[in-house]
Amino acid sequence: MRQLAAAALAALTLGAAPRSGFETMTPELQAMQRDDLANPGMLYVADGEALWAQEGCGSCHAVAAMRGVAARYPALDAASQTPIDLTDRIAQCREARQGKPALPPEAAPMLALAAFVAHQSRGMPLQPDAQLEGARRQGEALFRERRGQLNLSCAQCHDDNAGRKLAGSTIPEGHANGYPLYRLEWQGLGSLQRRLRNCIAGVRSEPYPPGAPEYVALEAYLAARARGLVVESPAVRP
Amino acid sequence: MRRILAALLLLLGGGVAAAPVVVGDAIPASLTGSPGDAARGRAIVLDRQRGLCLLCHSGPFPKERFQGDLAPNLAGAGARLSEGQLRLRMVDGRQLNPDTIMPSYFSLDGLVRVGRAWQGRTVLTAEEIEDVVAFLAGLRD
Ligand code: HEC
Ligand code: HEC
Repeated sequence: MRQLAAAALAALTLGAAPRSGFETMTPELQAMQRDDLANPGMLYVADGEALWAQEGCGSCHAVAAMRGVAARYPALDAASQTPIDLTDRIAQCREARQGKPALPPEAAPMLALAAFVAHQSRGMPLQPDAQLEGARRQGEALFRERRGQLNLSCAQCHDDNAGRKLAGSTIPEGHANGYPLYRLEWQGLGSLQRRLRNCIAGVRSEPYPPGAPEYVALEAYLAARARGLVVESPAVRP
Repeated sequence: MRRILAALLLLLGGGVAAAPVVVGDAIPASLTGSPGDAARGRAIVLDRQRGLCLLCHSGPFPKERFQGDLAPNLAGAGARLSEGQLRLRMVDGRQLNPDTIMPSYFSLDGLVRVGRAWQGRTVLTAEEIEDVVAFLAGLRD
């Protein structure tokens, strides 16, 4: 008993382990995510696999080498010494290495490629890139900053009120370990930046322009905050 | 600058020149100089785009689905709090609790990165605040 109490206290003081949004979903949605035949995200993974072959990604990478990649993104881009996310990396491979035109980051082909790559890391623990300390700190400050006409910070919902009900929605802890993911509300696969835009617009704040460094900073903080969770891509969410 | 804007808004919205006067934990005087309309106030409270109240609060509204649980139940608010106390909580609850998550419905002070469509506008107008106060004041049990 004493030991239990001590363990509980330790967990409290160290900060409880992060809980994926998966944990607070209905059993029906959990079953949908778990079952590859029912998970709509898997259709995009299949599209991504076809694109991988068609676009010639395989001429530089073996699929097996993609295992673990999504678990450590965002990462430091050696050439530019800036943090980039997985979508940025895929874009860079296409444009700089293959000389192909840019893919719109939120359009189906990019989402499918990202889902295919992220899926290779499914079940692997997140391993946030330690070199991103600066971006992580900037992201944490953005996470704690009250913003918008409703004057709410990410932390006020996702740290202080996770598990409670915002109207009909259970507020998740706001972990980013399942992206890109299938949202029933979107009726499709969506990127993490789309999710962040939605939360920012929800408090009547001005979203950053697409690809802004603030998103990557937030992503770097979210990755560190979710340490201990595993990659779920493609997750399913309400 | 923000304060001037807020005062200007007050002027335009309600025809009252001065910023609301806080006395203790209340704003005793109506922002418009006249009482609000409780029926209109009810509609604002239930409207998830205008009042947004039920995102966080639940209340004595058995027909409303999906009420939030981040905040005290609104039942009996009018018995617990005077009109003046309700008015300050609507106008700017930060004056009582700087960390409150309840938006300040009639203040532009200290806002950061407000979306383009919402800039320079309070969440509710002076008239709407009075309508909501009139409605809340009637929630006696
Ligand atoms: C007013 C409350 C609120 C604020 C403020 C807010 N969010 Fe959210 N967030 C939600 C809700 C509710 C959901 C779940 C969406 C749903 O089920 O409709 C969510 C979902 C998320 C998710 C996805 C979690 C998952 O399991 O897939 C992430 C990541 C996230 N938010 C990050 C952020 C960040 C970063 C900010 C600030 C820039 C922020 N949120 C601000 C309420 C909020
Ligand atoms: C984002 C969350 C949120 C929204 C939206 C919100 N409130 Fe609140 N409200 C709170 C919280 C939390 C409190 C508790 C007091 C505190 O935080 O200091 C509160 C307190 C109150 C109180 C005092 C209750 C008491 O018993 O002391 C009243 C009255 C009230 N709110 C009315 C409203 C009305 C009316 C609306 C909409 C027009 C509204 N609130 C919108 C979060 C919210």
